[in-house]
Amino acid sequence: MIFWRLRGRASVLGPPIAVGVAGLLLWEAVVKGFGIREFLLPRPTSILEEVVDNWPVLRHAIWETGWIAVSGLLIGIMAGVALAFLTTRFRTLEEGLTPLAVVVNATPIVALAPIFNAWFGITGTLSNQSVVIAVVFFPVFINTSRGLTAVHPDEIELMHSYAASNWTIFREVRVPNALPFFANSLRLVAPLSVIAAIVAEYFGGPQDRIGNVITSNVAFVRYDVAWAAIGVASALGLGLFAIALLVERASMPWRSAMAEGEFTTTPGRE
Amino acid sequence: MSNPVLAEKAVVIDGVAKVFNEGGDSEVAALSGIDLTVEAGEFISLIGPSGCGKSTLLRLVGDLLAPTTGEVMVFGKSAHEARLDQDYGMVFQHPGLFDWRRVLANIELPLELRGWSKDERSARSAEMLGLVRLEDFGGHYPRQLSGGMQQRVSIARALSFQPKLLLMDEPFGALDEMTREHMQLELLRIWRETQTTVVFVTHSVPESAFLSNRVVVLSPRPGRIHSVVDVDLGDRSDDTRQDPAFFEKATEIREALRAVEGNG
Repeated sequence: MIFWRLRGRASVLGPPIAVGVAGLLLWEAVVKGFGIREFLLPRPTSILEEVVDNWPVLRHAIWETGWIAVSGLLIGIMAGVALAFLTTRFRTLEEGLTPLAVVVNATPIVALAPIFNAWFGITGTLSNQSVVIAVVFFPVFINTSRGLTAVHPDEIELMHSYAASNWTIFREVRVPNALPFFANSLRLVAPLSVIAAIVAEYFGGPQDRIGNVITSNVAFVRYDVAWAAIGVASALGLGLFAIALLVERASMPWRSAMAEGEFTTTPGRE
Repeated sequence: MSNPVLAEKAVVIDGVAKVFNEGGDSEVAALSGIDLTVEAGEFISLIGPSGCGKSTLLRLVGDLLAPTTGEVMVFGKSAHEARLDQDYGMVFQHPGLFDWRRVLANIELPLELRGWSKDERSARSAEMLGLVRLEDFGGHYPRQLSGGMQQRVSIARALSFQPKLLLMDEPFGALDEMTREHMQLELLRIWRETQTTVVFVTHSVPESAFLSNRVVVLSPRPGRIHSVVDVDLGDRSDDTRQDPAFFEKATEIREALRAVEGNG
């Protein structure tokens, strides 16, 4: 049983890993072969060296930025899900709040980072967390709402035929129906939270976070260290994406049972 | 408030009309002047061209819609009380199984909602799975089953709490011909074994003749009862499909349908 599972996972993970390794090798070869100067584009191995050399600084930066991204991510997810629940339950609330949420989303949120800095101060984490929360909230809200409402009408009639209450229908039909939609938004916002945190850090704040490590090293023409910081940032984003996938698999055993190795990105049911 | 005289009747529809969007621009008279009585234990089919309101009529019996005028009684109670008492099971064309529940858990859903204990639920769902001959598939997820198997699970679910009335809205409409004929025989077997009353909506003439004691032919816009064809073919089997008496009944139903379509 476990063997089959591992084999299944290996066949899913195999191709992307192969492509990734090939890409890094090509990068390495191109920089070397064409004599591209390292301050323009360092080789992957040099970046790795810088990661090792600057590990204490980078480790601390991952910790700081990771905290901002993850805490903002969790709060944004909870806010998105909570509002989706409320708007599904109370239709009038939906009519009032959804347009507002759309307006908030249409605002380039990272552009608000300097404003948030002025509001919440640049020494603490609240300002950058607010940017992450604002970025994460909307995709989670919209997707979860859609999943809660996109229920086949027959399924609602069926529940009515059992004299089920709205709360029972919500619990037994709407919530599980929304899970694939929610999981889809999770895959989107997990790496997005890291991007939002780093861009917010570009606008100032303590110097020990990934965004500031990148900007300050670029200012001192230490591109290799900046690249090392970018490397760990993308590792952080990938890590969060992987966690999102694991949560998806664990929360919806019926999906993996149905797919039998087939990979599907379409949410919901027809 | 149950009425002892009417209690032997499974369904009594008395002077029922249904108008959608009453008073609005898009007002539609779906049903008009419907009187129909279904005896307990009967298998009755509703047939008619699209727009004749046969699905609407089924939903009125199930109290999923309320009539504009008239009254629907189910086992001597109002349709509303009957729904709250869960006196009927419902099967749609779309099996409507929940992806996230295994087959057994899908069958147990109505029992869970009625507060049955775990042991009672497992015993009954295993029994129902045997009834629809899917013993080996209880642990599967619905999407791992074929369309015909899913529809059998849906029937098992509708029968799990042993309702005296089964409402079916084109349950075999999405199935291929072979599966459909097989499912018809299965349904008749289950009907005999459970002695349930069945109200069955279909648009297939042979299906209605094969399954029913009586076939109600509806005319469209607004839906009215055009005629009721009594079908007495005894115990059905696959041979019934070649029986001249079966063809005769099918022809009678078809002619009634032609007449109403001509009017529409």
